This record gives sequence, structure tokens and C-alpha cells, in this order.
Amino acid sequence: MISLTVNGVRHALDVDPSTPLLYALRNDLHLHGAKFGCGLGQCGACTVIVDGQPVFSCVLPVSAVGTRSVRTVEGLGSADRPGPLQSAFIKHQAVQCGYCIAGMIMRAQALLDRNPHPTENELREHMQPNLCRCGTHLRILAAIREVAGMPAPDAGAAAVHQPDHQKAV
Amino acid sequence: MNHKRLWLCVAAVLIAGVAVAIGIAWEPAIAPIAAVPPATFDRRLKLEGARVVALGDCAVCHTAKNGKPFAGGLPLATPFGTIYATNITPDGQTGIGNWSEEAFARALRRGIARDGHPLYPAFPYVHFTRMSDHDIAAAYAYLMSREPVHAQTPANRLIFPLNHRPLVAFWNVLFLRAGPRDADPEKDAQWNRGKLLVDGLGHCAACHSPLDPIGGEKAGHAFDGGVVDGWDAPPLNALNRAARPWTQAQLAAYLRTGHASEHGAAAGPMLPVTRDLATVPQEDVEAIAAYILSIQKPAVRNDVTSSEMKVAATSPTAAQQRGSVLFAASCAQCHGAGSPMQTLGERPGLAFSTAVNAPTPRNAIQTILGGIGWHGEDATTYMPAFGGLYDDRQVADLVTFLRGAWSTQPAWIDVEAAVTKIRQENDAR
Repeated sequence: MISLTVNGVRHALDVDPSTPLLYALRNDLHLHGAKFGCGLGQCGACTVIVDGQPVFSCVLPVSAVGTRSVRTVEGLGSADRPGPLQSAFIKHQAVQCGYCIAGMIMRAQALLDRNPHPTENELREHMQPNLCRCGTHLRILAAIREVAGMPAPDAGAAAVHQPDHQKAV
Repeated sequence: MNHKRLWLCVAAVLIAGVAVAIGIAWEPAIAPIAAVPPATFDRRLKLEGARVVALGDCAVCHTAKNGKPFAGGLPLATPFGTIYATNITPDGQTGIGNWSEEAFARALRRGIARDGHPLYPAFPYVHFTRMSDHDIAAAYAYLMSREPVHAQTPANRLIFPLNHRPLVAFWNVLFLRAGPRDADPEKDAQWNRGKLLVDGLGHCAACHSPLDPIGGEKAGHAFDGGVVDGWDAPPLNALNRAARPWTQAQLAAYLRTGHASEHGAAAGPMLPVTRDLATVPQEDVEAIAAYILSIQKPAVRNDVTSSEMKVAATSPTAAQQRGSVLFAASCAQCHGAGSPMQTLGERPGLAFSTAVNAPTPRNAIQTILGGIGWHGEDATTYMPAFGGLYDDRQVADLVTFLRGAWSTQPAWIDVEAAVTKIRQENDAR
């Protein structure tokens, strides 16, 4: 049996030790917030928080979690009583199809737990691993900014990451 | 009387010594110039300069993480402390905006800044010194027509006495042979072009050679491999000892794409080098590859005969068993036999991986800890970082499993201690 603490509750699971944490959460604990996207650690739809770190739960074996505590989107609030990030995502209509959103919220939560008032660059760098194929990134960032009390960025900020030294002379 | 004469002699020797030392260390300032409008440079010269600057990997060191190109500020960790790469945009106050071409050429050829102070040899002028006058003029035209960025380079943090710059002059006496070299008439043009790019502009030996205790490249050991930014820079003269010997076509493709079909993907400090080389003409990387393959030491062994997983001769250790569980959940999706990723884009199996077959586990550990980040829209290699997911023992178990399952080389020892040490080095950087 593998012991796993999720959202403050301890569970004993009878699963293969190499089962990805995501499968244990969804299939055994019926926590369906985290999604299977790529299964390769590339898209972030499966992101949960393990011991304060945002992790891709699709590539973390459940037996490697050990005594570290796991937090999922279900631990932040419910449909009736959403948490601050969840409320902000609703207010900014950051969700289109919704598949990436649980992962987005958990990655953002990990940042705000560690650094409640990040800079625009810190926010963008932190959120970079998670992808949204509907393209609602700007609404997602706006929702996180509201919770963090951050100002809206000026128009030029988006160009920060673009290398321009390889452009035409 | 004799005493007085002795003292006079000692004083004379001392004065002469100081005079010689000053003669070695003192360099004049070169007069500053007014800002040069980019339009004054010939357009074709600027285009050639883009190629020269890409081949010299200037942007790799002279651009900070998320910083403006060429504006400096990247910390370089050396055994002697931290040096910050300088701003080489044409900003008049914090960059090289008031450097004449003469001052620029002196910096490349002899490591002297415009105002006469010696530059630290982390700047590879011992290699750039071989550049042709034309290449220097082209690089100058290109850099001086970039966007000026006002960015003060942070102060270096070096140990005593190396924080005293004039000492570099004596280092130069030992290690700097200034000026271009003659081509070798016995060899063809491609080989000579390759040698010039490898030894000069490309400064490959700066990372791929071991350093002596005062930071010079160890004489007689060029291309024997070194350590840079916490990664092993593999020997460039033992490419024939890989699981499958490198071919010229593979090496040229690797330099341009960061990906070699029977060896692996560029990671760590080599990844940005391949991003730069992706922009230069094919003939340049062909020349580099041709020259590199001509400097191989005699091959001693070549064990892997098939791409099949090696059958373990002994039963797996407890560490390997733990590692195999991690592999099944974390790695097999991409690296397992028959996984979809193995059928795309000529990705090599782990049996051919340079890191898995290396003498030390350093690069395998670094790749697992940090992954390979997204690097541009056309990136074909990406790997998530596992440093935040695994503890040191888990990384060591996985590395031990990889070595045992895919390499015929002897097992690595003390892997967990190596993981702990590398993690500490990374955190301190």
C-alpha cells in the first residue's frame, strides 16, 4: 500500500508504484480537476502542488511522492465557495474550453504562496510551462494579477522575451 | 662602502623590475569617438558581421537571462569568482559606443579595453586574436549598428589578488600569442577554414579543454574536454569513441540543429551555441565538422553493436530497481522502447546518448535536474525538469538505472554524492 496525503487527507492506495500521480488522483481518489493533456510533461494541464512546488503529475510516480503533501484545485474551493484565484478566473472569464485551467490555477497558486506580489516578469516566467490552446493566456494573467494586486502591464512589456539580435540587419 | 654598493644594486634591480612590469602592464587609452550612425556602415559588411558574431557566439555570453541582446550582465562562474559579461551594444556610457574600430580590434587581438585596462581572459581574446582584419571590421560594423542599450555591467566578484586587473598582463605573457596564423598549405581550404573557425572565432577549446590552476588552457591538452557552468564539455578529440563514431554529416547537423541522430541533443551551455550556429551558412559548420574530425585521437573501443537494450549480465541492484520504477512513470513516455517520441525526427535511443555513456554522470544528472527548456518557436527538443520532483537519492537511482540498462561502460560510483554536489553548485550559481 502507498500512503498519499492529498488536500490534507491521508489515503492508502493499492496501486503499482510506477503509476503516475495523476492517475492515482483521478482514478483512485476521483479528483478530476487535474487533466491528462499530453502525458509527457509538456502542457501543464496535470499541474498540482507537491510540497509547495508546481509539478506535472503525469510524470511523477505516486511512489516518489513519499511524505510530501499534495494539493489539487479541489483543495482551493468549491463551485459554491470558490477560492480567490478561482473567483478571479470566473470574473475575468479566463476559461474558454477549461481543460488547462485547473493546472493554470495550481501553478499560479504555487507562485502566490511563495511570492504574493510578483513582478510582471516573474509572473510570466513562472506561468510559461503551462499551455492554453484556446489562447486565453492574457485573461489568465489578468486574473492572477488581480489576486496578486499587480498593475496591468504597459504595452511594451510583452516584447521583453523576444530576442531581436537575429533579425535582419 | 660595500653595503652601500649592494643596496644601490638591489635598488637598481628593483627599479628595473618595476619598470619592466609597468612596461608589460601599461597600455595607453585609445581616444573615444563620437557616436557612429549605423547608416555609415556598408550594408554588406553588416550582414557579414552578423555571420561573424554568430560564429563567435558573442550573444551567448553577452546577453543576460531575459536581457536585451548584447547588453551584458550575464554572470560567468569561474574558479576565481564571478565575472559579469560586459555590455557590447553601442551605448556611449555603458557599452562600446565610443570605441573606435582600432580600440575594438585591440580588445579582440590583445584583450585590452578602450581605456587601456586589461580584460579578463574569460573573454576569449586568446582565440579571437586569430580573426582576420576583415572579420573584425565586419563584427564592428554589425555590433555598432545594434540598438544601444544603457545597462551598467555589475562589478565582478573575484578573489584576491585576481581582483587586481594589471596582473592579467602577466597571464597574457604566458598564454597570449597575438595575431592571425598562417594557413597550412598542406591542407585544403575547407580544413583551413575549419581550423580558423574552431581555434579562432568559435573558440571551441575555451570550454572543451581542461584549464590549468591559473585558468589557462592546459598545454598539450587542447580539446581533451573541460567543465563549464556545471556541465561536462565533452572531449572533441574522442568523437570516434562514441557508441557509434560521429560522422561529419552528424556533427554538421548537430551544430546547426542541436540534435544528432545517434548521439543526443544539445543541452546546457551548448544549446545556445547551436542556436547561434543555426543562422550561419552550411559551409561554415561543414568546415568546423571537417576540422574537428581531423583531430581525433586513435579509437580504442567501440562496444555497442546494436540499438537493442543491453541484457544486464548481473541482477539489478536495489538502486537500479528503484530507478526503473521512476523511469517507467517519468521517462518511458518519451525514452522507452517503442514510445512515439522514439519514432519522430531521428531521436536516438538512450544506448547512444553521449551523457549516458560519458565517463562521469554529470551531464545525465544536469539534464534530469534542469531538463531542456523551450528555446524558440522551432525547438524540437524539450524535456521537463525533474529537480523539483525528485530528491538526490531518486535522481541517483534513476541515473544508476540508466547507466546499467543502456550503457556498456562501467557503472558510475558515488552518484548520490555527485547529485548533492551538483545541486549545491547550481544553487550557488
